[in-house]
Amino acid sequence: MLHPVPTLKETPSQTAGPYVHIGMTPNFCDIPGVYATDMGSTMINGEVEGERITLNIRLIDGAGVPLNDGLVEIWQADASGSFVSPTAPNSNSVPAFTGWGRQPANGDGVAAFETIKPGRVAGPDGKPMAPHVSLWIVARGINIGLQTRLYFEDEAEANEGDFVLNKIMDKRRRQTLIARKENAGRYHLDIHLQGEKETVFFDI
Amino acid sequence: MSGIILPGADGALYQRDRAWHPAADTPGYKSTTFRAPKHSLLALGPTKSEMSGPTFGHEKLGALDNDLIRNFSQDGSDAIGQRMIVYGQVLDENARPVPHTLVEYWQANAGGRYRHKKEGYLAALDPNFGGFGRSITDENGFYHFRTVKPGAYPWPNGGNDWRPAHIHFSVFGHAFAQRLITQMYFEGDPMIWQCPIVATINDKAAIDQLTARLDRQNTTPMDALAYRFDIVLRGRRSTMFENKLEGN
Ligand SMILES: [Fe+2]
Repeated sequence: MLHPVPTLKETPSQTAGPYVHIGMTPNFCDIPGVYATDMGSTMINGEVEGERITLNIRLIDGAGVPLNDGLVEIWQADASGSFVSPTAPNSNSVPAFTGWGRQPANGDGVAAFETIKPGRVAGPDGKPMAPHVSLWIVARGINIGLQTRLYFEDEAEANEGDFVLNKIMDKRRRQTLIARKENAGRYHLDIHLQGEKETVFFDI
Repeated sequence: MSGIILPGADGALYQRDRAWHPAADTPGYKSTTFRAPKHSLLALGPTKSEMSGPTFGHEKLGALDNDLIRNFSQDGSDAIGQRMIVYGQVLDENARPVPHTLVEYWQANAGGRYRHKKEGYLAALDPNFGGFGRSITDENGFYHFRTVKPGAYPWPNGGNDWRPAHIHFSVFGHAFAQRLITQMYFEGDPMIWQCPIVATINDKAAIDQLTARLDRQNTTPMDALAYRFDIVLRGRRSTMFENKLEGN
């Protein structure tokens, strides 16, 4: 049967609140002994193709104050532009590269990820999108998780032709998604929740 | 019926009903003042990047991961509080179960106190209660855990705001675009209707959807009450083409 409208309503979102670290990164939050590690803290579990990189993602509120109670999750393709085993939910082997990371914002509002630079994934227009990382951001004061992307400063040509970046009509705001290269293998992106440099967030 | 295939609609998710969710900027909940984006969201149909997502079948959950009464026990005794089982089914908007997905939850203890260094409420910590756990849904989308009922607690917002008893939930689904964070409340709690965070949701039916039902049938006699809380994630739009292939 055709489903022009959904049968059920999606469960409404509520804020993660000030203590999201308790539930999602308890070891970081000084509650050791329940989970061996915080889930998503390690994305690379063996030999993987691709350039190893560090992503420092800093969350900043409209008053310029870093969020030390936030949490960021990332999801990305591997170096060849493929996503990890979405069809194998029961697989027993830990993938060498998980594609998924979760990090708490630290005292400086920074969530830091050790990952690899993603390859290019085909966009809806059939052309490859520029290398990017999908972000999901939650914290106290955020009523529904914020979705955006991280792109790379040193992929200027690919960024020019990117399907999603080109949907942002105000060209200056495209810059809000592009991580600055600090030095070899280190990228930094400021996420401004509001203000002059407010990040572009998506309704996906 | 004719098999019209809408271009681009094949397998895409239903658009999120943003009026059903809280708005970003909700003055009654003061933390949103500097944290709510002011620009409107950029509408973006999900691409491969958001239609895929992490799976957790390889994660070996601990035997006590879904037992908050015991998973932080320091001296072998149980956490203090009214014992209860919380369970439910994770479904999508097409009412299909979502199997093998990760559900995480965290909460205050029976006195309303969180185990966190920034927590300022004077209610006592329970040395045997950590306040969090996790489950992976079974093949029919069900999860369950054992815990104690969290207490209500005051928080700095207005002069004297209190949160109703609640449990925080994080749920994945199978596409990153389905990612959801929310809170569960308890049927019949009058404090639900006085809470500025609950009030960020406009529709009473949406608030009802966050309210767990007392389930006497699944009570463990002389041990624990049961509450049922079903969770609905975004669903995929079905197309004639897909229907033909899958025969549904
Ligand atoms: Fe809470």
